[in-house]
Amino acid sequence: MISLAYRDVANGFGRYLATGLGLGLLIGVTLTMAGVYRGMVDDGKALLRSAGADIWVVQQNTLGPFAEPSSLPDGMRRGVLAIPGVKEAGNVAYLTLEVTDAGTSVRIMLAGYEPGRPGGPRYLIAGRHITRSHYELVADVRTGFQVGDVIPIRRHDYTVVGLTAGLRSPSGDPMVFLPLRDAQEIQFLKDNDAVFRDRRQLQENPQLNPPSNPSLLGAVEASLFSNDRVNAILVRLLPGYDEGEVAAEIRDWLRLTAYTSAEMEEILIGQLIATASRQIGLFLVILTIVSAAIVALTIYSMTQTKLKEIAVLKLIGTPNRLISGMIVQEAMGLGLIGFIAGKLAVTYWAPLFPKHVVLLEQDTLVALGITLVICLVASIAGVRSAVRVSPGSAIGG
Amino acid sequence: MARSDSTPAIRIEDLSKTYGSGSSAVQALKHATMHVMPGEVVGLLGASGSGKTTLLQCLGAIIDPTGGRMMLDDEVIFDGEWKVPDRRTLRRDRIGFVFQRPYLIPFLDVLENVAILPMLQGRSHRAARERAMELLETLGIADRAGMRVEQLSGGQQQRVAIARALANHPPIILADEPTAPLDSHRAMSVMQLLHRMAERSDTAIIVVTHDENIIPVFRRLYRLRDGILHEEQGEGRPIVVEAAATV
Repeated sequence: MISLAYRDVANGFGRYLATGLGLGLLIGVTLTMAGVYRGMVDDGKALLRSAGADIWVVQQNTLGPFAEPSSLPDGMRRGVLAIPGVKEAGNVAYLTLEVTDAGTSVRIMLAGYEPGRPGGPRYLIAGRHITRSHYELVADVRTGFQVGDVIPIRRHDYTVVGLTAGLRSPSGDPMVFLPLRDAQEIQFLKDNDAVFRDRRQLQENPQLNPPSNPSLLGAVEASLFSNDRVNAILVRLLPGYDEGEVAAEIRDWLRLTAYTSAEMEEILIGQLIATASRQIGLFLVILTIVSAAIVALTIYSMTQTKLKEIAVLKLIGTPNRLISGMIVQEAMGLGLIGFIAGKLAVTYWAPLFPKHVVLLEQDTLVALGITLVICLVASIAGVRSAVRVSPGSAIGG
Repeated sequence: MARSDSTPAIRIEDLSKTYGSGSSAVQALKHATMHVMPGEVVGLLGASGSGKTTLLQCLGAIIDPTGGRMMLDDEVIFDGEWKVPDRRTLRRDRIGFVFQRPYLIPFLDVLENVAILPMLQGRSHRAARERAMELLETLGIADRAGMRVEQLSGGQQQRVAIARALANHPPIILADEPTAPLDSHRAMSVMQLLHRMAERSDTAIIVVTHDENIIPVFRRLYRLRDGILHEEQGEGRPIVVEAAATV
């Protein structure tokens, strides 16, 4: 038997293709939204993988350091090291800020760590790790920095000594690693005017600057202007120790909050990006409904334009099965064209997005399945109108 | 069903059709009786609303008559109810249709428009195409076989429609005002074609028409007035077609 769908499509292929491409753009947007969500999850996981910590120790009763502010004295690291099972512990400080490189502003997430301890970049794609204790940094390649670039951050210039890849904050900002002390200074350092004002206030306060004890002012200033706070302590365990048990020990003995890597992943992915994922989910639902409506209307109007021919086909004995098959096949074809166009579009435009867009094969297959189901459902209206056509309507004008 | 010379290709007896019921009932066809012999072309006349379309739809197994009998080649196909298991198959295999406009399938080429019928019947692609080509050759449009239907003139399209109606060797063809969109010369040419094909393939053809020019060519006519069918003798004038008027 002749393929009616193929012949019909071939007869008006330009219009059919244009409709499919239009649908493809919509599917492309849908896939991109899914890719953005996957990118956020991927960034979160990459950040945790890079840190390589078995336990994250943060300020008590906080979800820090990414979901809530967390501040603890860097000296707590020694206490953590004393807990049985702890192999390594490293202080880390995270902050997001905007830096300018060659006139271009880049929003980055700074990660201050102690070289040789947990918290630094796991691998480099160019250059070397930080070896000096100040003014060197390793940047994610998405910052656009090159090895050797000098990047001014606050009051100092930092030299890019290495590049890493695939490390972003949960909000998609590329990461930049630098020595902990520098990060603390950047985080807490006040400008000269503020320091001057604070010092004058201290000097004018007789309780902090009593004439009888001139050394007190120096002690107060040293305490106020020192930077000994960190956001978290990353812990690696000795083999054979259970993350949950050691984390409980830390909670009990040090009165800090400690999360296992799985708990931190849940915070980062389950809670931090939960709102974003709900938003994206809603967009996906809306886009799916819009796509379904477009396919349904297209197929319905395509059917309406050939009702007379359908009546003739039925009159000469064409079974409803063949006519319905034609409509369903055309709808499926439209979905396939749309899907291929959408997949190609998203493949080409995804790298242009500032956010990390991850296209997973499983998402693509699910999208294909959903597209075909939508097309099948959308063709129902067309099939119904075709089945209802009376063969008699071909007779009598 | 075997056919003999004395067996009408189609015969209806006392056929009625009523639309609606009760006080709103409209009797569109009242105890109609007619027959058409194989190879015969009869005219079916009647003013608008006289019941022509209803009769045609009953004959075409599209709508259910309210009562009466209908026989194809002496086989009872309707007797108060349909006696065939599948009216779609009946239409496909034993009734040909030609319409006022050709109503060809625009997304099929000329050959496929004809071949689709044998294909629907289950014949092989090749056999169906051979049958279609044979008909197109008979109707003088074989050279248009690969064309799209919109590339043909109105008359050529009507020939393709006639070829399609004949594709499955039906004993009867129902032609619903096949000459309406044509000028008188081309209308006469179509009538000549229908007569020729009726004789050649022993097919009975019922032609619904309003065209005063072609009415004289029928030897036998049926006229519908308010749902009542009357048989009349026609003039049976020979069909004369000017050479330039071939469709």
